[in-house]
Amino acid sequence: MSFDPQKYTGALTVGELPEGGIWTEPGSSLMRKTGDWKTLKPVWDKNKCISCLTCWAYCPDSCIKIEKALNEKTGKEDVKNAGIDLEHCKGCGICAAVCPPKVAAITMEKAR
Amino acid sequence: MATLKELAAKEERFVGGHTSCAGCGYPNIFRLTLAAIKEPVAVVGATGCCEVNTSIFPYTSWKVPFLHNAFENSAATCSGVEAAYQSLVKSGKIKDESFRFIAFGGDGGTYDIGLQSLSGAMERGHDMLYICYDNGAYMNTGIQRSGATPRYANTTTAPVGKVNPGKRQKKKDLAKIMVGHNVPYVAQTIAGNWKDLTNKIEKAMSIRGPKFIVVLATCPLGWVTKTQDTVKLTQMAVDSCFWPLYEVENGKYKLNYDPKDKKIPVADWLKLQGRFKHLFKTGNETLLAEIQSEVDQDWESLKALCDFHSKQGVV
Ligand code: SF4
Ligand code: SF4
Repeated sequence: MSFDPQKYTGALTVGELPEGGIWTEPGSSLMRKTGDWKTLKPVWDKNKCISCLTCWAYCPDSCIKIEKALNEKTGKEDVKNAGIDLEHCKGCGICAAVCPPKVAAITMEKAR
Repeated sequence: MATLKELAAKEERFVGGHTSCAGCGYPNIFRLTLAAIKEPVAVVGATGCCEVNTSIFPYTSWKVPFLHNAFENSAATCSGVEAAYQSLVKSGKIKDESFRFIAFGGDGGTYDIGLQSLSGAMERGHDMLYICYDNGAYMNTGIQRSGATPRYANTTTAPVGKVNPGKRQKKKDLAKIMVGHNVPYVAQTIAGNWKDLTNKIEKAMSIRGPKFIVVLATCPLGWVTKTQDTVKLTQMAVDSCFWPLYEVENGKYKLNYDPKDKKIPVADWLKLQGRFKHLFKTGNETLLAEIQSEVDQDWESLKALCDFHSKQGVV
């Protein structure tokens, strides 16, 4: 029996559980929007960012989005910071802390 | 060795939406580990923060096959998975995709409860990597002391009071225990140094047989630290020489980083952590001095060992 986490209401009876307790949807935790935990939110300045990706390396919640774009100077495909996934970001401030001080492309602000 | 752009270009195999606290130190270990490995991977996790946070029914943060077993047996389970895979490949029932096998546990599940099964799996020589994420206490169940808790840290089962200045015993040296198993690769690193961490993962993946890596990770809840300081805190553990970066290949010790004149007093690192707050009260200067001299002694003997092996030439 395959199991759809999207339909899970938190009220499953034993008979409705997937056989063997198998989780069937890889990466399904993305359905849990942990973004509403935050009291501070990171604000990213695209123009300041140099796409060093240090914030990507250290965000515990995989919230730094990545895009692949052509670098006009080199003519090669480049990997760039494409902003922050605020639906899952918990507002820890690590990204702002690790962004190189001379760049300071991320600042933390009140979430609401 | 991969650059950040190369690591980030791949599809993430460990995703967000898990329930670790804001600013938690361990998730990066698994994000970066999976990013650094090219091959398909199967992961076995012991009970602990990571397992609980990433696999609460019906959600999972893993995009690789993931199996949870108890505190005491993730290494045994992983060794069984690996042996079954090798057997199925050998008998031609599945094709060899060069699968890699990783078992993990926190410090409670590794230094203490799972140590016997880890020891067995390493001794039997399974082709697997065991990763211990060490945040220095049973954080998942409420900050109880473990064999990895540093001396004089405050925990709920070795609390600071009139009689006790926190945990009285010294932290176990797990990397050395694993070196004693004569496995081909043992390394010590931190969650706050992506380059050192991913280099060690890549190195481990290039070696067939049992491998072990212990990774220091901040726990803002248990260390009582600011969430934004998570990365800085493990870096300071290295700069103070409390937690040196080193690796041991075929029994030969190699230092990966020496802070030299950038070495900071261990008090600078302890000061940022609420679990050591009591050490900064008047009257406790001797406790601080004791920690510093212990760190210095361990650092000097590690350096001497690394020097000795480097003079013998690289293996
Ligand atoms: S605030 Fe924390 S969770 Fe949010 S994007 Fe930055 S590092 Fe990630
Ligand atoms: S650390 Fe700063 S400069 Fe680097 S990619 Fe992130 S936001 Fe951009």
